[in-house]
Amino acid sequence: MEQVRNYRTGILWGLLAVIFGLVPVFMTSTYQLILASHIIVWGMFAVAFNLLFGMTGMLSFGQALYYGLGAYFVGLMVNYLGSGWFLPGMLLGILASAVLSFLLGLLIIRVHGVFFTMLTLAFAQLVWQITFKWYEFTGGDDGVQGIMAPGILGDQIVYFYFTLVLCLLSIWVMKRLAYSPLGLVLRCVRQNPERVRFLGKRVRRNRLRVYMVSSVFAALAGGLMAGVDNSIHTDMLYWTTSGEVILMSVLGGIHQFFGPFIGAAAIILIEDVVGAYTEYWAAIIGGVMLIMVIAFPKGIVGEVQRIKSRFAGSESRRV
Amino acid sequence: MEPILVLDTVHKAFGGLKVTDGVSFSVMSGEISAVIGPNGAGKTTLFNQITGYLTPDKGRILFEDKDIPGLTTQQIVALGVGRAFQIASIFPEETVLDNVRVACLSRLGQSRKAFKPASRFREATDRAHRILESLGLQGDTERLGFELSHGDQKLLDIGIALALEPKLLLLDEPTSGMSPEERLLTRELIKKLWKEYQLTLIFIEHDMDTVFGIAQTVRVLQQGTLLAEGTPQEIRNNPQVVTAYLGEEL
Amino acid sequence: MDFSFFLSQLISGLTMATLLFLVASGLTLIFGVANVFNFAHGSFYMVGAYLGYQFIGVWQFNFWLGLIVAGLGAGILGILAESLFLRRIYGRSEEGGFQILLTYCFILLIDDLVKIVWGTEYKSISRPPGFTGAVQFAGVTIPSYNLAIIVIGLLVVFLSWWVLMKTRPGRITRAFAVDREILGVLGVNVPLTMTLVFGIATGLGGMTGALAAPLRSVTPGAGIEVIIDSLIVVVLGGMGNFWGAWLGALLLGEVNAFAVAFVPKWATLFSYLVMVVTLIFKPEGLFAPRKVRKI
Repeated sequence: MEQVRNYRTGILWGLLAVIFGLVPVFMTSTYQLILASHIIVWGMFAVAFNLLFGMTGMLSFGQALYYGLGAYFVGLMVNYLGSGWFLPGMLLGILASAVLSFLLGLLIIRVHGVFFTMLTLAFAQLVWQITFKWYEFTGGDDGVQGIMAPGILGDQIVYFYFTLVLCLLSIWVMKRLAYSPLGLVLRCVRQNPERVRFLGKRVRRNRLRVYMVSSVFAALAGGLMAGVDNSIHTDMLYWTTSGEVILMSVLGGIHQFFGPFIGAAAIILIEDVVGAYTEYWAAIIGGVMLIMVIAFPKGIVGEVQRIKSRFAGSESRRV
Repeated sequence: MEPILVLDTVHKAFGGLKVTDGVSFSVMSGEISAVIGPNGAGKTTLFNQITGYLTPDKGRILFEDKDIPGLTTQQIVALGVGRAFQIASIFPEETVLDNVRVACLSRLGQSRKAFKPASRFREATDRAHRILESLGLQGDTERLGFELSHGDQKLLDIGIALALEPKLLLLDEPTSGMSPEERLLTRELIKKLWKEYQLTLIFIEHDMDTVFGIAQTVRVLQQGTLLAEGTPQEIRNNPQVVTAYLGEEL
Repeated sequence: MDFSFFLSQLISGLTMATLLFLVASGLTLIFGVANVFNFAHGSFYMVGAYLGYQFIGVWQFNFWLGLIVAGLGAGILGILAESLFLRRIYGRSEEGGFQILLTYCFILLIDDLVKIVWGTEYKSISRPPGFTGAVQFAGVTIPSYNLAIIVIGLLVVFLSWWVLMKTRPGRITRAFAVDREILGVLGVNVPLTMTLVFGIATGLGGMTGALAAPLRSVTPGAGIEVIIDSLIVVVLGGMGNFWGAWLGALLLGEVNAFAVAFVPKWATLFSYLVMVVTLIFKPEGLFAPRKVRKI
């Protein structure tokens, strides 16, 4: 059983690496490269978000805060100090996210359910407002353009592989976490926090831990994206970014580890295709999600698994 | 024999309602005992105070000479108090094995490990298998918690508690909602577990066959007070208990 | 700081507080009664504002009639949303998360719908005849429309208090928050009541949107600002707490009015500051009775 599973996930990882790894070879325009980068980075961001929501049951509507923080550290440091600060900026953004998520986490994990959700939203919007209004420093609504990674990383294809490797590595680390004892405890926290307390585990401390982990990976995603788009913008901190990552996870399936990644790919492709015909793609995604939430709450991957397990007669493994 | 748990004039009131009204008793180490009494007598409330869910208004609760009130549930669990719940408290979407394994990992201090898959923790996994075997759930290890029957979920709940290697185990109505056959099996199982794991075991129960079948000591609660305490034989013959409670059931 | 300046900021804060309360009370009502957190509440406010613009600004309806029609329109939309969609997820496990997701879908749909119908430019409504001027009081010029808002707010407060406390529907509504199942047994049509309460709350939100339209211009995307402000009010007052919401709105409105006067650029940050301080020291809400909260 275990070996079969390992074998299968091995194939999956290989497939993922090969598909994305070959994009630079077969692409016909750099636009496709950027599209692929978006899928990878958003996919990683969504997987990180889902550690909070799908696994631990904490619906954050404010992960844009850390995503934006990661991006702005890179963007502003490159802007003010030169492109040599690209990688240090990324590292500092991640560190800053760890510290901020710890401090904010202490404050907001004390409340539950919709209150947690709304507080994460409120704090993210607070940071968005500051960034938006502090024009002299952040560039406000104009953002910062022309952010280039230094040296060989400045090459688009090299940067693509850099992004691919870091994201796959992150996803792999998060997958290890999801099936580790800590991951098991976190899933238990979602299902029955009362009982977890009676395992002698502190529910709050575990919630804080996963909040920090998720935020750190969100910051990495933001930092990488600054290099993909060569720009940063206040929209990265805006609530719609937090919303986007939620939609991706739900569309893909919140109880499957790779669900959010698949959801990210689906939403980015929908936006790309539908966006060519109409500017109202948000309504289309809203409509699709409405149907998903009501009729297929397990998401794409979850429903596929369900159909498969109906034929195979065994329950699939869930995150 | 030493007393492992001592309650000394414990009081607890919700508003004007006295749910625990000066209860005192001592539980000997290694004893298996039952708490009985009509609904609303304060049995579960008493368990809640022993496990730190509620803090008594007055009085002392000592577990191995350590004061319980004021400690958090985590600390009380660490001292060696385990509990299974009246309504099975399990992790419904995890496998039966993982339900127990998470508790074993916690007991072994390995539940913070974040990189190696939980399934590769040999010792915790072996312990979980042993516990499931002694519960008779060894055939269900890969099923999800919610797929189990009601009775098996209650056993799984006990399994989670056992994984924490408690010295004192509290069971809240272990046979409630079971069929007569299941009850008989569960009764024998509790007795077996008590011996096998060398537990001090206290259970709340309404099924008198279970109470008089396995308890060494029976305590009767009524309206928050301890009405009587003694061997099953003494309780059966206690006229107060018979008129107050047993009369209708025996 | 001279007195007339103080007074004029006070009145301006009171106006904002009234509007905040009118929106937040709808949010609290739905949460308290139906246990639904309507993340899209701000969008219903926005729909109300646009309907107000359509009826009053474009079709030249009487202002007050237009307000009522706007409220009715938003309420009907709310009833549709509840009975067609929200109802289907009641009782699902992890319902709270799905409620937010579903109402988030409403936001996406309503936002774009509004853009399709009314475009993305700013819209505004002129003040109703008779309320375009100002009143002189103790040396302060107070716009009479602001006074009208405050009076309407007070009327709604007392009317809702009276309905909730003194009438049978009000008692049923309050009992909902305590035990829904018992009411079903007692012969109350539970689903219908939930739908109606949802309709009333969203209608109130929509009417407030139209009422506020002469003061703030109407834009798509206004919904999210409104929901965050309402949320802060609710955090300050304690969820499901009627008077708490009123006091929370008052505090937020005044803080904002004075912040606007002194540090206009960073004024909005003060709302958050109040919320952060509240959360640190009294997470259950400034005006909520202290409860033991075990986590």
